[in-house]
Amino acid sequence: MADIFALLAEPWQHGFMVRALLATAMVGIVCSVLGAYVVLRGMAFFGDALAHSILPGVVLAFVLGWPLAVGALAVGILAAFAIGALSSRGLLKEDTAIGVIFAGAFALGVAMLSAFGTYTVDLAHFLFGNPLGVSESDLLSTFLLSGFVLLVVFLFYKEFMIISFDPLLATTLRLPVSFFRYLLLILLAVTIVVSIQVVGIALVVAMLVTPAAAAFLLTQRLWRMMAVAGAIGAGSGLAGLYISYYWSIAAGPAIVLVATAVFVVVFLSAPGKGLIWRYKPA
Amino acid sequence: MSTALSNLRLRGIHHQSSASVIALENVIVSYPSVNRNRTTYALEALTFQIEHGEQIAVVGPNGAGKSTLMKLIAGILDPSSGSVEVYGSGPGGHICIGYVPQRSQIDFSFPVTVEEVVMMGRVGKIGLFRWPKREDWSIVHDCLSRVNASDLARKQIGELSGGQQQRVFIARALAQEAEILLLDEPLAGLDVPSQEAIFEILEGLSPDNVTVLLATHDLERAADKFDRVMLLNRRLVAFDKPSVALTPANLMSAYSGHMHRIDGDEGRILLTDECHDQDDADQAGTWSAVDGTWSEVEKSEDG
Repeated sequence: MADIFALLAEPWQHGFMVRALLATAMVGIVCSVLGAYVVLRGMAFFGDALAHSILPGVVLAFVLGWPLAVGALAVGILAAFAIGALSSRGLLKEDTAIGVIFAGAFALGVAMLSAFGTYTVDLAHFLFGNPLGVSESDLLSTFLLSGFVLLVVFLFYKEFMIISFDPLLATTLRLPVSFFRYLLLILLAVTIVVSIQVVGIALVVAMLVTPAAAAFLLTQRLWRMMAVAGAIGAGSGLAGLYISYYWSIAAGPAIVLVATAVFVVVFLSAPGKGLIWRYKPA
Repeated sequence: MSTALSNLRLRGIHHQSSASVIALENVIVSYPSVNRNRTTYALEALTFQIEHGEQIAVVGPNGAGKSTLMKLIAGILDPSSGSVEVYGSGPGGHICIGYVPQRSQIDFSFPVTVEEVVMMGRVGKIGLFRWPKREDWSIVHDCLSRVNASDLARKQIGELSGGQQQRVFIARALAQEAEILLLDEPLAGLDVPSQEAIFEILEGLSPDNVTVLLATHDLERAADKFDRVMLLNRRLVAFDKPSVALTPANLMSAYSGHMHRIDGDEGRILLTDECHDQDDADQAGTWSAVDGTWSEVEKSEDG
């Protein structure tokens, strides 16, 4: 028994691991809570695309020595509006617009990195995250930005719920529907920026979608879905870091694999909804 | 009339006491056809008034513009030209308009309970940065009991039958303190007892003078249960008491080629619907033929 505690406690003796654990837990929570809306509104592809689109912003900030969040946020919001503009008035379908912007912006980011950066190492960090490299100032900005996202989600809980469940009701209640829709996109961009250091651009979508999807199968109320998703997200983050620490697996993928495993278990066994419960012998 | 109007509690923007509850003046809704240089009309030159507390059935074939009309009055859609007025001003400022959407427009897997759905109707009153108070919850539970759904309060919305879901959405409009209730094909797909339950609720709204517009395919019910019937096929064919509006000539005009026989003896009307759904650009082609009475016709999107 004491051995297990020793194993669990050991990583905490290193400052970099403490920062990694705190950042990962926070990212797990904020991604999963906002992920509830990503899942319910069918924005998984959009979220993935937005994550890839911000690469040029991250690279630019990296090269100029600015905080990564600044460049990422600016480009993320730009990409969100560009997608909106291309698909408005029915000229192009939204997923087509997303595909165009996503691939173009991502290519620009990789091109910039190949021109300015130490290509392979940096690209790997941006793509798959590097939670063990979280500095104290990174940790501070992670907590501030995550806190901002969670606060806005809390303050506009009923409004976001209505625009997601029944936008026509939102209109007849004369809520500013477009404002809330864009606010949600901005929150999504902020959340992705916060997550990049932990899970990376390529895997952010897993943290947005997977815990929330598992929670969707387990709950029947939105706030519970958010709470359960947050717990799964944070738990996957911690478990993934332990696995990474002891088995020398890259941290970002380890976290995502734990979350995926949790989802598979839930998908099979969720009360009433899981595959096992629905199985009827012939 | 004027005393009834003065009893109104004013919400949203001011209600002009001299104005009709709903007034449309030469309203046109049009949009450019995809790939062509012609214009498609969803509604043409619509002019009518609806007075306080009237209960009105909106009837017409698929693609007649029934949903479009509902969305215009709710302020969800703006007319291409003409004016829509609710209590003397544009609908966009009013929060007294309860809109019950077609069931196909709602994601019933959404993690939300029945009482939370009804509480959504109160959000306009509660306002930003505030949470529902005990008073709001008691209004929600009153509204649920008015539609006989108190025992469903804590169920997830998708666990309910179609009829129960319709009643919950009506309760939501009541919680909104709606003075105008717009129901878009609430009877579609419901069995007779569920339809009866909805009509009982609507009858219960009469003393409160709630103005009701209900889109339906069911001519029998329209003739039976409503003060006036609006016969619509892009333009207004007739708008009068059921006995005046639902003449064979008017019905032939509204349903044009889609109708083949009227069996007048017991008011039962047999129709065949083979109507192009021109409103819906995504859904090119023909809505398939359905034989039988209109009450058995599956609903389709009509814009």
